[in-house]
Amino acid sequence: MSILVIAEHNNSSIKAATLNTVTAAAKIGGEIHLLVAGSGCAGVADSATKIAGVSRVLVADAAHYADQSPENIAALVVAHAPAYSHVLAAATTIGKNLMPRIAALLDVAQVSEIVAVESPDTFVRPIYAGNVLATVQSSDPVKVITVRTTAFEAAGDGGSATLENLAASADQGQSKLISSELTQSARPELSAAKTIVSGGRGMGSGENYHKLLEPLADKLGAALGASRAAVDAGYAPNDFQVGQTGKIVAPQLYIAIGISGAIQHLAGMKDSRFIVAINKDAESPIFQVADFGLVGDLFELVPALTAALD
Amino acid sequence: MKILVPVKRVVDYNVKVRVKADGTGVDIANVKMSMNPFDEIAIEEAVRLKEAGIATEVVAVSAGLANCQETLRTAMALGADRSILIETDAELQPLAVAKLLKAVCVKEQPQIVLCGKQAIDDDANQTGQMLAALMNWPQATFASKVVVAGGKATVTREIDGGLETIEIGLPAVVTTDLRLNEPRYATLPNIMKAKKKPLETLTPAALGVDVAPRLKALKMAEPPKRAGGVLVKDVAELIAKLKNEAKVI
Repeated sequence: MSILVIAEHNNSSIKAATLNTVTAAAKIGGEIHLLVAGSGCAGVADSATKIAGVSRVLVADAAHYADQSPENIAALVVAHAPAYSHVLAAATTIGKNLMPRIAALLDVAQVSEIVAVESPDTFVRPIYAGNVLATVQSSDPVKVITVRTTAFEAAGDGGSATLENLAASADQGQSKLISSELTQSARPELSAAKTIVSGGRGMGSGENYHKLLEPLADKLGAALGASRAAVDAGYAPNDFQVGQTGKIVAPQLYIAIGISGAIQHLAGMKDSRFIVAINKDAESPIFQVADFGLVGDLFELVPALTAALD
Repeated sequence: MKILVPVKRVVDYNVKVRVKADGTGVDIANVKMSMNPFDEIAIEEAVRLKEAGIATEVVAVSAGLANCQETLRTAMALGADRSILIETDAELQPLAVAKLLKAVCVKEQPQIVLCGKQAIDDDANQTGQMLAALMNWPQATFASKVVVAGGKATVTREIDGGLETIEIGLPAVVTTDLRLNEPRYATLPNIMKAKKKPLETLTPAALGVDVAPRLKALKMAEPPKRAGGVLVKDVAELIAKLKNEAKVI
């Protein structure tokens, strides 16, 4: 039994989500191979050999893998997948885009966003916005799986995998990247942050969102997050959204400010270690999951909290 | 240009479901059902493409029990021209739905299949991508903007780091994210009109598709509840709790 983990990277460094995925693979058991498909990604492949638990790093380096288009990466993976019992990727937007394409081409089911491994063919995954945990068993010859990264620790380093080159598959020529607008921030990445300061509709405006939450996030070294309502209202960019269909986070400390706590938002943050809620409405559902709740006017409380953190 | 929009009947997003006492499934008897919210966005986008003169026909399709007809009537009240129900009482998993949709695509020859990025019941986020694979079509998932011109679609996608814009040839599958549009409400006259729009019923067998499930659900359980916390009276007490009890700052 061997497992293929698809590495997530930007051709210059490997994304942390890959390390959590390797840990999920280790729980399944068996030899772990890591696929680095990209363009000019030799450095990524080299650093990947040091991930603990990985025995082999497979590199496919070609211009048409640069943008990680699912059409091209799927064609590559499908050519090698039958040799594996499992193919894993992180349940990030890249993994979610790619893996069902691979599964369908292999004529197998995909098991989405697993949070636990019960046995090599049985996995636990949340459904209904995390209100139900389903234990599912797959009888397919190759198990195609995406992994909820917050449910697994990051693999350490100290590995010494061998490097192997793979021949590139043909360019499918179906998709072309025109542009990307990546949010530039000196703050930690939302899905890996230890502390998150998150704002909701109660912020009232984008200006308030930034004016009140940024100084607090700076003091705490926190990432900024937002509820769907805040993103829909344009207070924060889409990649800040925490929730069922946005990012799933599990930091040490999650501070929810002006967020009422809809089921869909709770689905994205209820596994945080400590939750603080600041909201003027004492009846808000957010207080049912918060370890520490503070009822009052966020426009007074947040600056006071920021000032008191010196 | 024809646009096909798959729609799913799901438990309404406001309902908090409960697991059956014996752990065999989720109790959805007598709960409110609605169209999957991402599919409403897909219908809206297709109808806007028709209103803009780019699409000529919008066909809604659903697979499942006979009462999925209600969801299809809603889709038609929102502007779909006609609909197809693939009626079955079998449990349908994403791969099976993708195969059913493939059979419909072969029959209907749409240029774009616009679907929701995920259904809010099984949270699988698979069907659109699987359909694209089975058709060997390009895919543009998690769309927040779609521009169709000259046999191509230019799609802005919501990704983990922000946004990216890709260009794909048609036919293609596009899946919708939340910011693509704000769906309209069905008006009473349109609800009445939708009752007269054509609704064709097919079966998996008639389409030659094996829908047998590949994943077996062994158990359903509710996750452990978070113990209720405490209300603090002011900022000083909050900071003291975070420092001394939680030790997170």
